[in-house]
Amino acid sequence: MITIFINDKPYQVEPEQTIMQAADRLGFHIPRLCYHPKLSIEGACRVCIVEVVGMRNYVASCAYPVSEGMKIYTNTEEIRRARRDIVELILDNHPEDCHTCERDGNCELQRLAFAMGIRKRHFEGEKKHYEKDLSSASVIRDPNKCILCGRCVRICSEIQKVNALGYAHRGFKTVVMPAYNMPFKDSVCTTCGQCINVCPTSAFIEKNFTQELFQKLGDKSLIKVAQIAPSVRAAIGEAFALEPGRQLEKELTAALRKLGFDYVFDTQFSADLTIMEEASEFLERFQGKGKLPMITSCSSAWMKCLEQFYPDLIDNVSTCKSPMSMASALIKTYFAKKIKADPKKILSVACMCCTAKKYEALRPELMVDGMQATDMVITTRELAWMIKSAGIDLLHIKGEEFDHPLGYSSGAGTIFGVTGGVMEAAIRTAYELYTGETLLDIEIQDIRGLKGIKEGKLIIDGKEIRVAVAHGLGNANEILSAIRTDPERYHFVEIMGCPGGCIGGGGQPYAGSNSMPLDEECLMKRAEALYGLDRNKTIRRSHENPDVQRLYKEFLGRPLGAVSHKLLHTHYSPKEPRGIVPAELTVK
Amino acid sequence: MATAEDKNINALKSFMQESKTKDHPDSQLISILHKAQELYGYISQEVMNEISKEMNIPTAHIWGVATFYHYFNLKPKGKHSISVCLGTACYVKGAEEILNTIREELKIDFGQTSEDNFFTLQEARCLGACGLAPVIMIDDKIYGSLTPKKVVEIIKSYKK
Repeated sequence: MITIFINDKPYQVEPEQTIMQAADRLGFHIPRLCYHPKLSIEGACRVCIVEVVGMRNYVASCAYPVSEGMKIYTNTEEIRRARRDIVELILDNHPEDCHTCERDGNCELQRLAFAMGIRKRHFEGEKKHYEKDLSSASVIRDPNKCILCGRCVRICSEIQKVNALGYAHRGFKTVVMPAYNMPFKDSVCTTCGQCINVCPTSAFIEKNFTQELFQKLGDKSLIKVAQIAPSVRAAIGEAFALEPGRQLEKELTAALRKLGFDYVFDTQFSADLTIMEEASEFLERFQGKGKLPMITSCSSAWMKCLEQFYPDLIDNVSTCKSPMSMASALIKTYFAKKIKADPKKILSVACMCCTAKKYEALRPELMVDGMQATDMVITTRELAWMIKSAGIDLLHIKGEEFDHPLGYSSGAGTIFGVTGGVMEAAIRTAYELYTGETLLDIEIQDIRGLKGIKEGKLIIDGKEIRVAVAHGLGNANEILSAIRTDPERYHFVEIMGCPGGCIGGGGQPYAGSNSMPLDEECLMKRAEALYGLDRNKTIRRSHENPDVQRLYKEFLGRPLGAVSHKLLHTHYSPKEPRGIVPAELTVK
Repeated sequence: MATAEDKNINALKSFMQESKTKDHPDSQLISILHKAQELYGYISQEVMNEISKEMNIPTAHIWGVATFYHYFNLKPKGKHSISVCLGTACYVKGAEEILNTIREELKIDFGQTSEDNFFTLQEARCLGACGLAPVIMIDDKIYGSLTPKKVVEIIKSYKK
């Protein structure tokens, strides 16, 4: 321990940490902007400057280490003025259009300006004038709003290892953009949307469908059908100022009906269905028919990543569609037939925690009878806005149940939203399908939690099955590289594109004034909300879902059968441009 | 027979192979970009894609470095390059007028190449020929004591 002085008071702190880290632990929140605890230190914004006695200039507390006897001032009049000037200078080049901005009230820059006490503007700087990039199905890039904090560049390269973004040009003309300033849609971007989550402003936002959806909900000639992904219910409360961790499943169902949906289904039902198909597919492969390890295919950012970064592993990936696309395919066939409706008159809307699902919905491989199966995807954020905009009191609404026949789910379908959940659900079912015995301990702790890569083993009928789980495309890279060198290492691998799995999706509510994006505590609470739902269910195994059983009896026949093959399975193919995951920088 | 194109790419590839044997292969990017520009006269997207593949560096990063330094040309250069000196002496002696004449004559600005790919216009800060101000340099040749009329004649002489 060493002694440092903050604002004249002595404190004992650990050495080997930055001033900001030490101050955080002592309860001093130094204002910050480009800093993010999960990302490398950029030191670009200078908002976190403090005075250190003996130093000629103010130092960036995010980057400067503490040392014995250091005297630090965090809140002198001079420091306050310098910080305020820095934030004012950032604002000078920022379009001052807060009241028409998608992040009004939710913007870190806005909050920072308020906290700095900026009540008057002294300077008028040169504004940036760039075209918005609207090309991507999922993410809109607006360089005019960008303040060059670089969090997007860092999350894309460090956590996701996708490297779709970089800084181009220099000085005032610096712009964060894809290589060659190509349209986002033509780049290696996987549409995961993590850049949106970490952006302090609205330089990155999702492609918004709320107005179009409001319009369609008013169209009486359409049958409006919604489905909700597991993680939406686990996080949407945060957009209504609730603490993370409270699930709002029944409230959401009621709210969607109030918004004008005729039927509200649960993506968890089709998650159960995914497990029936995927567990069966795994067992087939395990018995010699097909390539091992089998890799899951539910995450749309991972699908795009696979085709551009790992085309050599396409045969390893399960042919199962994602739960969203399975549900959508059934809505326009099985369900349409059931209610004797023309599928063309059905508007199928998916409420997802994900931005990449917007891209997935447009994949031509997922068309059903010449129709787009999922007509529209809205994120948790968009849904929260619609509920507020329509004047629905989500927190005090009387809860309602999902509609049948695509609304009932087992606990296995629920945990799909958390990293490791698909694997756990698949094991629950595969074990019993293979052995005919009941798996007693169905909560598989080895593959729970937020460790980047989780490994587990189980014995099915005397045979060892090695499984691995990765969340975030950077972690996925480690497992996939291991598979490339040693294909025998695992039998079954789950990959989710976002940190934490779908609960940490690119479409989830923005971090609030007292939390950071990607905060592990918040992710754990969202996860716990789903694990809690699972624990409280009587049926916790996908194959025991009576509605799934009925669906097979009435319509699909059997898992991997002809109808399943047509409606529930898809294929992947190598796509350009190819992505590159650079080796870790090594110093010889 | 190997074409000029094959020759260039082979030369670039062997340069990259060599770079990989150096102490910090990941910090050789700038020298590779220099080599590419030396071979091709400019750095095209195709060449950056090649570098990306060979050196395992994401294209977004290469693009960032290539756009950061003014020295790198991302578009093909004209057959001749005109550098207009905007140093103090030339400026006082009317370099701006010379520059505007060239701009009008060739319909290009700094960093651009004329439509017929004949000239690329560049800015220079003192060519060390202040006694002849205002001066321009076309390729390696200095032209001094210029007037707008003279400049137009010089440009025309290149087109003959």
